[in-house]
Amino acid sequence: MSALLEVDHLAVTFDTEDGPVLAVKDMSFTLNPGEILALVGESGCGKSVTAMSIPALLPTNGVTRRGAVRLSGRELTTLAERDLEALRGKEISVVFQEPMTSLNPAYTVGKQIAEVIQRHQGLNRREALDQAVELLVKVGIPDARRRCASYPHQLSGGMRQRVMIAMAVACDPKVLIADEPTTALDVTIQAGVLEVIRTLCRELGTAVVLITHDLGVVAEVADRVVVMYAGRAVEQASVRSLFAAPQHPYTLGLMGALPANALRSGSRRLAEIPGLVPAPVDDPDECQFAPRCGRATSECRAARPQSREIRDEHWVACYHPGHEEDGDG
Amino acid sequence: MTAVAPVPVVMVGRATRLRKRFLRRPMAVLGLVLVVLFLLLAIFGPLLTPDPLAQELTSAFASPSAHHLLGTDDLGRDELARLAAGARVSLLAGVLSTALAMVVGVPIGLASGYFRGWIDPIVMRLNDAVLAFPFLIFAVGFAAIFGASLRNVVIALSIGLLPTIVRIARGEALVLREQDFIGGAVADGARSRTIMFRYLLPNSLNTLIVQATVAIPIGIIGEAVLSFLGLGVQPPNPSWGVMLTSAQQFLVQAPQLAIYPGALIAIATLGFNLLGDGLRDVLDPKDRR
Amino acid sequence: MGVFILRRVLSSVVVLFLCSVAVFIGVRALPGDPALNMAGESASPQVLAAIRHQFGLDKPVPVQYVDYVTQVAHGNFGISTVDQIPVSEILVQRIPVTLELAFLAIVVGLLIGVPAGVVSAVRRGKLADYVSNAFGLIGLSVPHFWLGLLAIWAFAVHLHWLPASGFVGLAEDPVENLRRMVLPALVLGTGLSAVLMRQTRSSLLGQLSEDYVRTARAKGLSHGAQVRHALRNSLTTVTTVLGLQLGALISGAVVTEQIFVIPGFGKLTVDAVTQRNYPVIEGVIIVTVFGYVLANLLVDLAYAWLNPRVRVAGAA
Repeated sequence: MSALLEVDHLAVTFDTEDGPVLAVKDMSFTLNPGEILALVGESGCGKSVTAMSIPALLPTNGVTRRGAVRLSGRELTTLAERDLEALRGKEISVVFQEPMTSLNPAYTVGKQIAEVIQRHQGLNRREALDQAVELLVKVGIPDARRRCASYPHQLSGGMRQRVMIAMAVACDPKVLIADEPTTALDVTIQAGVLEVIRTLCRELGTAVVLITHDLGVVAEVADRVVVMYAGRAVEQASVRSLFAAPQHPYTLGLMGALPANALRSGSRRLAEIPGLVPAPVDDPDECQFAPRCGRATSECRAARPQSREIRDEHWVACYHPGHEEDGDG
Repeated sequence: MTAVAPVPVVMVGRATRLRKRFLRRPMAVLGLVLVVLFLLLAIFGPLLTPDPLAQELTSAFASPSAHHLLGTDDLGRDELARLAAGARVSLLAGVLSTALAMVVGVPIGLASGYFRGWIDPIVMRLNDAVLAFPFLIFAVGFAAIFGASLRNVVIALSIGLLPTIVRIARGEALVLREQDFIGGAVADGARSRTIMFRYLLPNSLNTLIVQATVAIPIGIIGEAVLSFLGLGVQPPNPSWGVMLTSAQQFLVQAPQLAIYPGALIAIATLGFNLLGDGLRDVLDPKDRR
Repeated sequence: MGVFILRRVLSSVVVLFLCSVAVFIGVRALPGDPALNMAGESASPQVLAAIRHQFGLDKPVPVQYVDYVTQVAHGNFGISTVDQIPVSEILVQRIPVTLELAFLAIVVGLLIGVPAGVVSAVRRGKLADYVSNAFGLIGLSVPHFWLGLLAIWAFAVHLHWLPASGFVGLAEDPVENLRRMVLPALVLGTGLSAVLMRQTRSSLLGQLSEDYVRTARAKGLSHGAQVRHALRNSLTTVTTVLGLQLGALISGAVVTEQIFVIPGFGKLTVDAVTQRNYPVIEGVIIVTVFGYVLANLLVDLAYAWLNPRVRVAGAA
């Protein structure tokens, strides 16, 4: 199967007043058509930055991006802003984490949805608004025509996130990037919003990059998973393979505090792993997880482990992989 | 914002880091230089120049010479000496009015924001009422009642500066009272006064320093305006505003008499404004209003 | 919306009440016995008592306050001690002149300040930003009465382009009126435009970094369309700032009128103080407060109109 989206040795550096920040050091993964891929990791591991690099949505100043991003074989990193604009919202669209602040408070939601339709499909305002109503129906908003005239502050968080989804799928994108789409929402409405994303994307054949720190969400909706740590992918596998036999000690750590019944009880806190995510200021040639890892040996501190295929389509970057809890690990 | 990178932990002392940040801003450094020059002129200028009141009517409007470095004014007084004396008046007016406004306004604002309750709306309404007065109309009324003098100018200016300072201090207290360490202090049985002066005040200091830096030039301009209108420092005493009043009549013969004092007001004010902008960037990066 | 307006009106009434009390007390704190001032030094105690009775000065203070407010409400501010003309008549003559000056200055301020702020924010870190910033800082630091003197020196004394001072009524000769108002309006508007420029810039920069602008960008909207999204939200701040600047504008008008010898409200104020013309001072202050409160109310309503969070009461 040829990949829809390829991220190839991506690295992103922010220049801050206190020096450069290596947010993403070396990320490679592929996304297949219609697939839901989860990017998982603690906050600060670079998953959001990786995702935002795809449609080049990072701030334009003080950001250096290296590596390649290809959509259906077309290189995106070298595109001019004008060409990216034609692409954003049409072929690649985004649902952000904060439904509270991601909608413009000064415009009605109908206008905000219609805007993207007018931009990419050349419809006039009336036609676009009619389509916006249809979209609101699709994402499960009752009384859609009236809701079109609402301002964001009049809607609940879950409703706003549905509006964001409607906006994102308005032009049948090939890729939808969902950045922690349910994190800011009440636990009781998270499932509904996830369900909308999943069914809509299945229906439209849209592939999804789902960023989350929530392994419960991953288990529920994703097909494949990339686990990130300190700006690198440490493990990649299908959901089935990953949950059946997690290999990287970090993945194990993430799952450690995820008892089987936690999924059912709805408590989805990320595991507590002792130690802190390293400050992203340098990139030594060693396993960056070693200081927090029970399996670390001198080998781990001597050279960075390369990613290798340990089972069929299951990749891990670790010298001591394995899903057995060994010793004091 | 999820796409923003986390700020790395840098293991350098806070003072060093702040100094570095400050020095990286050329405009802020320029502001500091201008302020220091202004301070030098105000503090040492009057010691090094002749008597600013000594008239020499025979040499009125004299050109610059070794005797009078910047020439003389319409009454033959040494221009540089009058400028230096005026700088001292400006400094006094700017600093004293700001200090007075801070001494009165900060406790009111902190208390109002910390206690809330019935006191807060009353303070804020009063604050709005003071703000509602266009300052100059108020100052005019003040001068009419209490007379025109530097002391009254300082008092009027400090009242004019008060609402902004109360508002800022209140805003700080509102934010800080929600923080854990304040809750901890309350739980430990700390008295309200202790909380205000031991916890709230030190933690609002950055913002208040920035505010003071911005208030001083308002005081400087305020004194100049009031003296210009004849409601502040009275002639023959020198003040940049007074000097501009008399220079107004001699715009044709001696425009430099109008240019010098005005330029000094502009430079001093610019210095404080640049410094204030720089300090805000360095100390208070959240850019609260 | 209705509740919002009601609250604003109520709070305006409270401010008016507090200010009227302040003026009332302030006037009574004036040096000298008003009865003695009117009757002269040699008046007998009987005459003084009669005057006090006539003007209600022997009544309890709260009653005096009510009398005073009633008088003011009927537009009766007393009689100017200098030229024996009713203060209300003088005010009616002078206020339009200042309103014209202030209006022109606001036009200048908006026309320069808002576009400069937008350009500065959009072209952040570019030459246009530096130029706008320099203008903003200088406009903020240069006292406008000095700017007025410089303008007279440059355009009137040196270049003879425009008259240095003097005033011609708008009704008498609109062209000559505008010709004479150009310099004062520019001088008064410069400070305002500097403030507006800085506020527009910082508010727009703040809005441009908001999440919803990123959403607009993610939708494929052009940079211009993103700025339009942000600007809509910045304008509410700019309106508020304009409202807060009205006081400074009146203060500036006082000085500007003094420099350009414009017979407006501000010149009236300064003259009244130098002549110790207390009824005029009192009238000036009352009118100022009233006008200012009214203007703020209008600004708040404009703000509400621009901001749907206030306009449309939220029911989620």
